[in-house]
Amino acid sequence: MKILVNGASHEIAAPTLEAALLELGFRDRIVATAVNGEFVAVQRRSGRELSDGDRVEILAPMQGG
Amino acid sequence: MRLYGIELGSRLLLGTAGYPSPATLIGAIEAAGVEVVTASVRRESSGARAGEGFWSLIRNLGLRVLPNTAGCHSVKEAVTTAHLAREIFATPWIKLEVIGEADTLQPDVFALVEAARILTAEGFQVFPYTTEDLIVAEKLLDAGCGVLMPWGAPIGTGRGLNNVYALRTLRAHFPEVPLIIDAGIGVPSHAALAMELGFDAVLTNTAVAQAGDPVRMAAALAKAVEAGYSAFRANPMQPRDMAVPSTPVLGKAFLG
Repeated sequence: MKILVNGASHEIAAPTLEAALLELGFRDRIVATAVNGEFVAVQRRSGRELSDGDRVEILAPMQGG
Repeated sequence: MRLYGIELGSRLLLGTAGYPSPATLIGAIEAAGVEVVTASVRRESSGARAGEGFWSLIRNLGLRVLPNTAGCHSVKEAVTTAHLAREIFATPWIKLEVIGEADTLQPDVFALVEAARILTAEGFQVFPYTTEDLIVAEKLLDAGCGVLMPWGAPIGTGRGLNNVYALRTLRAHFPEVPLIIDAGIGVPSHAALAMELGFDAVLTNTAVAQAGDPVRMAAALAKAVEAGYSAFRANPMQPRDMAVPSTPVLGKAFLG
């Protein structure tokens, strides 16, 4: 299926958010996630199924003011 | 100074964005002796590990992190960002920003109060970035905020305290609430003035990061905050219009 990851189009096979993170190379990374504007906590990623066209945000700690 | 039950020695909080290098950021943090730094959450690619590098740098320094919701323009965006930040930084603290206007980055205080109410109900300890408006301050306290962060001037302008009268009023109305001047500080004298007015602390980023020598400026700001705080505690004299001789007149020789 085709999803948007941080605004860029990606073709993935993974059925869930957790699997998608692995497929996209985020294994063991400190990131937080949202799908279609909704926060998805780390313990809920495995149960969060993805659909074609979903907007996934993968966020990391960053400098800020 | 006690913020949400946490005792802090330093009254200067420092932003971490826009420094010439990570080494300069570390130098500034150490020179100022700050205990709290702000941070954000941003998109990360799988290849880049910029975020993790920054995070390990902060953790190695043993600092307390105040994550922000910078750049959010709606209640939903800010609340979701707060959730993302809480998971990443493992802290209930959140510097709540809901921006209402692009040119001034002025807070949308109506959305701010609404977001603050939602987040405090969910267990967040909210540091709202607000204006100097007294009524908004009351609403934020009603919403459960235990700290207020009024702006001195718009973010990144370095214009100092634009409305000293209103800030003084805010301080007078809420003597027990920790009040932190957030945004607008450009030079140490601005920070000193904020502290002389009785504010509990100052949060600044651009004043340090954009200085020619950020490490030196961080140290200067820390000294100004300390000097201003001591001056406030010393109960300064009141200015007056007419001159008063400081040397006693009594006993002066008659030489005319």
